Amino acid sequence: MAVITTGLTILTEGAPNPGEVVAASGTFALAPLLIAIPLASAVVLLLAGRRANAWGHLLGTAASAASAVLGVVLLVAMMGQPEDARTFNQPLWTWIDVGSFSADVALQLDPLSISFVLLVTIVGSLIHVYSVGYMAHDPDRRRFFAYLNLFIAAMLLLVLADNYLLLYVGWEGVGLASYLLIGFWYHKPSAATAAKKAFVVNRVGDFGLSVAIMVMFATMGTFSFAGVNETIAAVDPDTVTWIGLLLLLAACGKSAQFPLQSWLLDAMEGPTPVSALIHAATMVTAGVYLIVRSNAIYDLTQTAQLAVVLVGTITLLMGAIIGTAKDDIKKGLAGSTMSQIGYMVLAAGLGPVGYVFAIFHLLTHGMFKAGLFLGAGSVMHGMNDDVNMRHYGALRAAMVVTWATFGLGFLAIIGIPPFSGFWSKDEIIKAAFAEHTVAGVAALLGAGVTAFYMTRMMAMTFHGKARWEPGVHPHESPAVMTVPMIVLAVGSAFGGLALLFVGNIEEWLAPVVGFEKAAGPIPTSLLIAMTMAVVVVGAVIGWRQYAMRDVPRMAPMQVSWATRAARADLYGDAVNEAVFMRPGQYLTRTLVWTDNKVIDGAVNGTAAGIGGLSARARRWQSGYVRNYALSMLLGAVLVGAALALVRFA
Amino acid sequence: MNVYTPILVLGILAFGFALFSVVVAGITGPKRYNRARLDAYECGIQPTPQPMGGGRFPVKYYLVAMSFIIFDIELVFLYPWAVMVDDLGLFGLVAMLVFLTNLIVVYAYEWARGGLEWD
Amino acid sequence: MVHLAVPMAETLTFPSLQYRAMAPILIVLGAAVLGVVVEALVPQAARRAVQLAVTLGGLATALVFVVATPGSELGVVAGGTLAIDGPGLFLQMTILVVAIAAMLVVAERRVDPAGDAFAPRASSLVGSGEEQEQTRRGWSQTEVWPLSLFAVGGMLLFVTANDLLILFLALEVMSLPLYLLAGMARRRRLLSQEAAMKYFLLGSFASAFLLYGSAMLFGYAGSLDFAAIADAFRDKPGQLGLQVIGLTLLGAGLLFKAAAVPFHMWAPDVYQGAPTPITGFMAGAVKVAAFGALLRVMYVALGGAAWEWQPAFWVIASVTMLVGVVLAVTSSDIKRMLAYSSVAHAGFLLLGVVAFSTAGLSATMFYLLAYGLTTVGAFAVVMLVRGPSGEAGHLSSWAGLGRTSPVLAGVFALFLLALAGIPLTSGFTAKFGVFAAAIEAGGVWPVIAAVVASAISAFFYLKVIVLMFFARPGPDAPAVVVPSLLTTTAIGVAVVATLLLGVFPQAFLDLASGSTPFLR
Repeated sequence: MAVITTGLTILTEGAPNPGEVVAASGTFALAPLLIAIPLASAVVLLLAGRRANAWGHLLGTAASAASAVLGVVLLVAMMGQPEDARTFNQPLWTWIDVGSFSADVALQLDPLSISFVLLVTIVGSLIHVYSVGYMAHDPDRRRFFAYLNLFIAAMLLLVLADNYLLLYVGWEGVGLASYLLIGFWYHKPSAATAAKKAFVVNRVGDFGLSVAIMVMFATMGTFSFAGVNETIAAVDPDTVTWIGLLLLLAACGKSAQFPLQSWLLDAMEGPTPVSALIHAATMVTAGVYLIVRSNAIYDLTQTAQLAVVLVGTITLLMGAIIGTAKDDIKKGLAGSTMSQIGYMVLAAGLGPVGYVFAIFHLLTHGMFKAGLFLGAGSVMHGMNDDVNMRHYGALRAAMVVTWATFGLGFLAIIGIPPFSGFWSKDEIIKAAFAEHTVAGVAALLGAGVTAFYMTRMMAMTFHGKARWEPGVHPHESPAVMTVPMIVLAVGSAFGGLALLFVGNIEEWLAPVVGFEKAAGPIPTSLLIAMTMAVVVVGAVIGWRQYAMRDVPRMAPMQVSWATRAARADLYGDAVNEAVFMRPGQYLTRTLVWTDNKVIDGAVNGTAAGIGGLSARARRWQSGYVRNYALSMLLGAVLVGAALALVRFA
Repeated sequence: MNVYTPILVLGILAFGFALFSVVVAGITGPKRYNRARLDAYECGIQPTPQPMGGGRFPVKYYLVAMSFIIFDIELVFLYPWAVMVDDLGLFGLVAMLVFLTNLIVVYAYEWARGGLEWD
Repeated sequence: MVHLAVPMAETLTFPSLQYRAMAPILIVLGAAVLGVVVEALVPQAARRAVQLAVTLGGLATALVFVVATPGSELGVVAGGTLAIDGPGLFLQMTILVVAIAAMLVVAERRVDPAGDAFAPRASSLVGSGEEQEQTRRGWSQTEVWPLSLFAVGGMLLFVTANDLLILFLALEVMSLPLYLLAGMARRRRLLSQEAAMKYFLLGSFASAFLLYGSAMLFGYAGSLDFAAIADAFRDKPGQLGLQVIGLTLLGAGLLFKAAAVPFHMWAPDVYQGAPTPITGFMAGAVKVAAFGALLRVMYVALGGAAWEWQPAFWVIASVTMLVGVVLAVTSSDIKRMLAYSSVAHAGFLLLGVVAFSTAGLSATMFYLLAYGLTTVGAFAVVMLVRGPSGEAGHLSSWAGLGRTSPVLAGVFALFLLALAGIPLTSGFTAKFGVFAAAIEAGGVWPVIAAVVASAISAFFYLKVIVLMFFARPGPDAPAVVVPSLLTTTAIGVAVVATLLLGVFPQAFLDLASGSTPFLR
């Protein structure tokens, strides 16, 4: 059934129709500055060294804010254009042009990318401001701002690129910035390890993206979005499916989706503003952007779409379950991020009924999750950087602003109307029911679990009895931190309403990604009622469990297998280890053994011989040169045999 | 009559001369043996294995040997040029001068850096 | 008796030599001979300065001549033995640029308390009184310069050789000085001498391969000329044994210099043992020369048999890059790691060679330019990071370098990112070029292997970056030498090239593709 509706509407009014692509001129020609300003600032901050310590954070914040202002200007300008002429292309220079292979450095500004630009720059600027306070006592604050600016530039490149190759540049760039920022406190071994892990897992995803680009080039001879959209219909369906699956792999790596989710929890070792900006609001949603941007590909392949839906569904449940068992406030929020991105991926897999809501939820989530993380940072700030919620409790009185802003974020994420999460999440559940009942049920259940773990977090942190460590004196954070929190809280509260009813997000995005009303078996009002019921049940259980009763200061050890599994991130690491690490390790070890025994021996022998030059070592070495020669000979024989085989066969 | 005939004749002559010399020396020469005479040559490398650690040859020996080879090759080039000097004309002369210059440069280098002094 | 001389004299023709086209080769070799004269006549104290002037002057003049070669001079010259054509000039230019950068690094005197990276006299015994005396007097090994010039001359000849005999001669002129140079390190002499010995032995073995292969092909084609061999492959069926053996042995000889698996085993040992500036020179310039010659031989002489060697070479390329990256993952010595990385890059480069197309040719040439400069820069940085007993080779001593010398660590990180092929660096553009060429030529599987290899390679390159930026300096933290203007210039050139060829590569891509194809 889903197939038929999807198929039909693609042919009718719901299909993406960006209209003609307009060459960027006038105001729109300023788009490169969006990237150039933060990039220049990052370069200045990195090169200026300690001289810039005094004003580095101000420059960084100003650069990000300048991009945000420019983003708003561009948005206003774009709204002044007719609906079918809002895609602006701006070639900057020909990057690589050899033979039939050509890649331009060109930016594409359209409703989808401008939405991201605003999210990245506005949330980014708020987090810059917050970081001025949060990192005030860190000797490396300038470097931190340099990395943040680098991240903003790379992320904007990612969303403004007009082809997959340039997107890949931004993709690698945000990965690098994320890597640098997770490991920012590299004197903590856990931070260094986490940085490495994030990198390794992301490589698996990046591999998918690079192969997908290769395949695109090999089959279509192009990888610009416009070119792919035009020619994809003529490509062999199996190949399209492969491209879709490879892009999904990329999205899984970047967006911490099953089975590549494990790095995100560890990434919480980074400073909290980083967690808020990169690992909640922006970078981790790049996978969703990739899938939505590739809508022309996914619309043609049921298999890949189903895979996307599966991944999203599994992750939204997995993340939610992990969130229920974490005592570390940041890790709890990280589980929640995984889960919420699971919702977006699920929506993106639903086709034209979902693309718009994937982006809608992405935007609202960007606001409320950033706000929640900043709130968590504020709590940690007042609690001597303790992250264990079992050491919190009854903080409402000490931190009223944090409580209020966190509370608004809480209401938004669990989806209480009229707060922003309600509008976006409800639409996703509705669309999921319309296309895949199982996914719909899972999304509905996930909403209940979300309500449970968020209530648990709220209760354990701000309510109940104080379980503070001795010598801890909770206090409210300075205004430089609370003001961004307040702004984000306002966004969490009214952002959904504004986007839906003022911004008219469906029509805004429809020309780029296509849009179609979901027609599900369950009436909308009933669905809303069901969702509300599930949410209230989850919240009540959470409240009874964690606000009405005493929370033990030590995590109980005698718990069910389910809790143990959730605490162990549902064994995500164990799976990764078995699937990716062990085979790699075995391969390397085998080769290393050969290398050591056959090749390195000679060199090690020399190293030993430097101390006591012995005749034995010399004989040993000469023997090994013989081995080299032998291998050359055997190699030549092999090559000759292969050539002969080709020649005579 | 083949072009290779002179070479064959030369080979027969050389072989005959070698055979003749060895046989005649064996018949007419005095037979007084000593250690030096039993060596393969009266200069150069001892053919028998050397004890470890003492198994190095003076590197200078190779310098002399290399110098010999260089001048040997010089001769190999000079001789045919000398035979055909009229035909090769100015081109041959210039080519030979370039060749000799290179050789002299190397020779000067060897001399200046003490390559011809045994100690 | 037949008079041998008379009939020959009647038909005697002198080769006509196009001196303008051959000028770069002649200038470099002339400068090398001049360098030998300097060695003989100029007093010890003044030698270094004079040699430096002769070397850099010679190389720069040759570069000017290469760049300014008028189109009318292009052609097969010197009686058909040299092909001065577009690719030849591009490769000569690359070799000269890389060599100039490498020579600036060779000239660095601040790396060691006692002077440059070379033993005062390579022949004196390690640690002997004689050597200590030489060090005390501040002697330096100025033979390095003429030797390098001879090697560069050989390389210039190697990439334009259009005849198997000249190819062999050029190989020897290029290789013999390198064998010597590898054995001249001031520190860790035994390792260095061992490297020289191994390189020499295995190199002669490979030369023998090449020579024997040439003989076989001569037997088959009746000529040493590339064009004639190509004609024979087209017109002369039969004698398959000669074809196959000739192809194999010639290929093996060239692949040895290119450090492709299974002829790569010398590379880690030699790279590690040789004085680092020389390692940079070898890794950069020799790679260019080896692949330049390989390209010409495969495209011109053996082009008619492309379908015959392509399958085997696809496999060699794939295996080379995979073996290179996997072994590099666990290397704990920085030079050894870069050596394995150079093996892996040989695999990537081979993709462009095997593609056997104009696109493959220009992509390989561009790759060589990008890789050569980045490598010279990387080894120059390696040279500057020193522990108490010479260079800090072991990776662990690179920990925390980002804290103590952020600029140097940043520059090194840039080079590593370029070697890993991260976008906006020269390595990315280069890799994409050869991958695209290989895909067009039908090598989808080798390219997938290449993408896997690139993914693996990122691990070990980034391992070093992580160490530099995310680890605390250990107790044996190395000291970083502040280089003189010479090395700074070389590193600066490499940095600019790495960025320029990554962000605005078009001019150089055009240059590379505009200089195709080979003349025959």
